[in-house]
Amino acid sequence: MTQEELLEQIYKKDSKAFTALYDMYSKSLYGVIYNLLKDKEESEDVLQDVFVKIWKNIDTYNEGKGRFFTWIVNIARNASIDRLRSKGHNNSKKNLSADNFVHILDHNTSAINKIDAIGIREFINKLKPKCIRLIDLLFFKGYTQQEASDELEIPLGTVKTQNRNCIGELRNILQE
Amino acid sequence: MEEYIASGTLEFYVYGLLSEQENIEVNEMAKKHEEVAATILSIEKAVINLSYAVSPHLSAENYEKIRQKLIEKHSSVVPLEPKRGMSQYIGWAAAVVFMLGFAYQYIKYNEAVEQVHGVTAQRSKFESLLADAKKRNAAHEQALAVVRDTLNTPVKLDGQAVAPQAYATVYVNKTEGELYVDVAGLPKAPEGKVYQVWALKLDPFTPTSIGVIDDQDANSGVFKLENNAGAQAFGITLEPAGGSKSPTLEQLYTLGKV
Repeated sequence: MTQEELLEQIYKKDSKAFTALYDMYSKSLYGVIYNLLKDKEESEDVLQDVFVKIWKNIDTYNEGKGRFFTWIVNIARNASIDRLRSKGHNNSKKNLSADNFVHILDHNTSAINKIDAIGIREFINKLKPKCIRLIDLLFFKGYTQQEASDELEIPLGTVKTQNRNCIGELRNILQE
Repeated sequence: MEEYIASGTLEFYVYGLLSEQENIEVNEMAKKHEEVAATILSIEKAVINLSYAVSPHLSAENYEKIRQKLIEKHSSVVPLEPKRGMSQYIGWAAAVVFMLGFAYQYIKYNEAVEQVHGVTAQRSKFESLLADAKKRNAAHEQALAVVRDTLNTPVKLDGQAVAPQAYATVYVNKTEGELYVDVAGLPKAPEGKVYQVWALKLDPFTPTSIGVIDDQDANSGVFKLENNAGAQAFGITLEPAGGSKSPTLEQLYTLGKV
């Protein structure tokens, strides 16, 4: 199903559309949320809130603003960061930077079935460590260019193009 | 264009890191240039796959929990509690507002119920119209199939003394031995009378009934007849309802030789 087909269903707010929305994006959003919170139960809890929020605010989304996925990832990131703040992490972003999405695999191999885990590891192993750091900060954690540049100590002007090359690698791996 | 795509802006667009103004610019570019739109989709696919891949196992109950939360939030009734220290009038006002709201909802509800009834009635009307149309269509198709079948030999039956304007056609399917008649060219049979189709052998004259047409309007006027090998001619007579044993030749409407 494409974004457009899904949105058409969603605007009618029938339960089938909700199921489709959930099936399409729940795992990805859970990946983003868990990468920020590092706690499964808490992440599931936030994921639930995120879906309720998406469903209740769907009317405020319009395609002129950008991709639907972008919109919901933003909701997921913001909800996770809010949760971190409410738990008393004052400078939540700094606390985040220590870990990245690859660690999820290290801590959760038992949870994912083995064959999957091997496939995913291969998939990610093909990415350069620098790319993992960049994609982790920019996409998963929503860092700004400036913040990413400071964190990784790379020139501000190259953040965008370096990230672009990393995503290019990812797209190539997916096409193999 | 390649330079634009290589700038990394599209990746930031998908990540959600651009300003509102920049978003608008990308939207316009995507509308104008196919490559831009395709690149955006490809980037999105990549990050969806990546985040999907690193997601830990998601418990199956999670979906049900969200559904529950949605149901609760959408249909929960929040009780109206007057705040302490406020005038009791507010309580009364709330009650009045509540009653008005309730009455309004009740009226709306009744309107909706009536609408549903109306729609249901209309729907069943359309459904029966549709069923009729389907039946008629099937009849037409059958008639058309008979007329079009290249294995059929049509036998033209011309109008006779009682009805010079009348005509009919018998279709003889030689391989199957089947007979069909098209009576659309016959006048409407009077009340209590029916048309009867006869297969005739001429020497000696032997009529054999091969069909009584009870409802002239059915099947678009095309009817299957009883098989009769070796018929040399066909005739149609008007007979009392139920048909006759032998043809009433004074009421011979149409006749045709094979």
